[in-house]
Amino acid sequence: MLQRLMLAYMLLATSTAPALAGAVNPDISAVGQQGALDSLTFAVRALQARVDSLASAGEESAAASRAAQQSPSTAPVARAGGTYMNVSYDGLADFGWSSEPNVGSLQGGDHDPHVRGFTIPNAELALDGTVDPYFKGFSNIVLKLNSDGETGIELEETYLLTTSLPWNLQLKGGQFFAEFGRQNAQHPHAWSFVDQPLVLNRMFGPDGLRSQGARISWLAPTSWYSEATLSVLNSAGGTTFSFRSPESSELHGGVPVGRGVRALEDFLVVPRIATSVDLTATQTLVLGTSAAFGPNNSGPRARTQVYGADLYWKWKSATADRGFPFFSSQTEALFRSYGAAERVSAEDASVTLSSETLRDRGVYSQLLWGIKPLWVAGLRGDYVSGDAGAFDSPLRGERYRLSPNLTWFPSEFSKLRLQYNYDHRKGLGADHSVWLQSEFLLGAHAAHKF
Amino acid sequence: MKTMTLLPIAAAALIAMTGAGTASARPLNVVATTPDLAALAREIGGDAVAVVALAKPTEDPHFVDAKPSHIVTLHRADVLIEGGAELEIGWLPPLLESARNDKIAPGAPGRIVASQGIRLLEVPSTLDRSRGDVHALGNPHFLIDPLNVRIIAGEIAAHLAEVNPASAQLFQANLRTFDARLDAKTADWQKQLEPYRGAKIVTYHNDFVYLAERFNLEVVATLEPKPGISPSPAHLAEVIEKMKAEKARVILVQPYQNRKTAEAVARQTGAVVLDSAQQPGAYKDTATYFQLMDTLVRGLATAFKEKT
Repeated sequence: MLQRLMLAYMLLATSTAPALAGAVNPDISAVGQQGALDSLTFAVRALQARVDSLASAGEESAAASRAAQQSPSTAPVARAGGTYMNVSYDGLADFGWSSEPNVGSLQGGDHDPHVRGFTIPNAELALDGTVDPYFKGFSNIVLKLNSDGETGIELEETYLLTTSLPWNLQLKGGQFFAEFGRQNAQHPHAWSFVDQPLVLNRMFGPDGLRSQGARISWLAPTSWYSEATLSVLNSAGGTTFSFRSPESSELHGGVPVGRGVRALEDFLVVPRIATSVDLTATQTLVLGTSAAFGPNNSGPRARTQVYGADLYWKWKSATADRGFPFFSSQTEALFRSYGAAERVSAEDASVTLSSETLRDRGVYSQLLWGIKPLWVAGLRGDYVSGDAGAFDSPLRGERYRLSPNLTWFPSEFSKLRLQYNYDHRKGLGADHSVWLQSEFLLGAHAAHKF
Repeated sequence: MKTMTLLPIAAAALIAMTGAGTASARPLNVVATTPDLAALAREIGGDAVAVVALAKPTEDPHFVDAKPSHIVTLHRADVLIEGGAELEIGWLPPLLESARNDKIAPGAPGRIVASQGIRLLEVPSTLDRSRGDVHALGNPHFLIDPLNVRIIAGEIAAHLAEVNPASAQLFQANLRTFDARLDAKTADWQKQLEPYRGAKIVTYHNDFVYLAERFNLEVVATLEPKPGISPSPAHLAEVIEKMKAEKARVILVQPYQNRKTAEAVARQTGAVVLDSAQQPGAYKDTATYFQLMDTLVRGLATAFKEKT
């Protein structure tokens, strides 16, 4: 009995040893008190030695002392970092003017400014957390005000992500942005410009390419980063613009056919391979190629293919203060082959548009210079064009845009951005727009992917 | 028939590729978020570990890029040592999400959160970002206090032993050697700074409070008005007034902080700017924790001597 009591006492002593060291720390400082420190150290050592000897005598007591050490009584009560769910809210607002009165015809993105004056294009509630030992969960609920001041709500993303699949695999399931290129999967608050790149707007529509489905990813066992992902998604809806989208007649001019899912080939398939190397200790390169294959609703058997290549390079100073200074360059080029079937014109039912392949291409390239902490200067060039088709769509004509901007982050949680767009549409001429964007972030601390 | 013979080969290749069935003789892959934790892991792990740090010694540890190469590093890790207390909150979570490595999952023996055994200073009583980017769990720059290092070294030894029991004795022996040296060194550092008890210092970010507490110094001002907020002229004017009034004549600046701002303040106050990295390896001959602290303490003692 006495022996058991002694054992219990000693376990208690070891478990509070770090606590003891912490508690007496402020008093042990002067050389004059070095003696006190030495004797305490000696006492802790002696206790440790006794526990060690006990531990070798009985495996059980060793395990218990480890367990006790893992939760020293000095550990602060977990608060912000230890909640079950991270909650954050992001508010974006734009203010500005464009020489084009119908701003929506120029700024096609859902999170772009839509009118002369004020736009609230994105108010986003983001929830995420660890579900259990097997999954993480994410959800983004977006509220946005349209040009009539009406509130729109969308479940932008909601998905589960596995955390411990074997063989370097990871599964994602739910509604999510397709992993195609770099910017498509980013939320507007992570963008470096006020508006969506033209080529992404043309290929994937105002809200980017996202749908309901599943994605599998494989991290290659190479010494450099290399990851392959494959998404299989529903091909219908407003956010699968080049596929079975109700808005597709804007693109091909025909009446969309009602087209259901009959076989596997009626799903949207998005493969991607990304690889990255550190060129030097301060420079990193990321290269990716993506594709999207799926049915479109210009006809019962019509199909679309989109191909993309992306390149990202970043230099960040070895003595970076809050991540500054840095230089980065991001370029994405996309090509679309839209197999338009023979279709009835949406404008005039007596007209039949012949079957054809509509080919479109585009590129954007953006340079960012993080001049000094919290200041970023940016320059983006956009170019898009499409081969002539039986129907002249404003979404296929040649257009280029040049956008310099300057962003100031008063802190990590807010930003102000001023951007000018020189915008040239073939046949319509040049337009000029100036936008001021503000953003604020509440709640959980944002973490950024590279 | 052909597929029948290929299957086992493919399976074997897959196992080899995914790194299952690793040899026990191989050193443990230890990944530390910051170089100070890496330096401790090297002391304790010796030849039985191969240690890499994700952050550079010269960069701001709050803002490390979540580079894809770090995903690979974390994927291959047997042990991850993080500072915790939200130091890495801006970059470590997305890396871990992609790393798919159960060995370093929260709660696994291979996951060490240094802050968990530490009595953190400056734990805010209210969470309010108008006070700047305050860490909810307390000030995370605690490794500059040797007594905290002692606690963390013990944690590291315990975890390493759990992950690789075959080398447990080596880790314990290394820990004893390290602790003995640390105790002797701590006494030496205290002795060097004892003549300057109560000396007043100014820091750029609020990152030397643990040093001040251990060695009886007083941080009278920071050049940042609030954590993470850039120095403003108005705030600097206040700092200059305060430094003059309090006779604070040493400004500590880390390699990634704006030395020019500190120099401008120093010119107006007759102070000296002391390059004071917290990360081993930031300067020449500071690869170990001992070398780093030796350099820092010597620098402080010299600066105090010159300025008093």
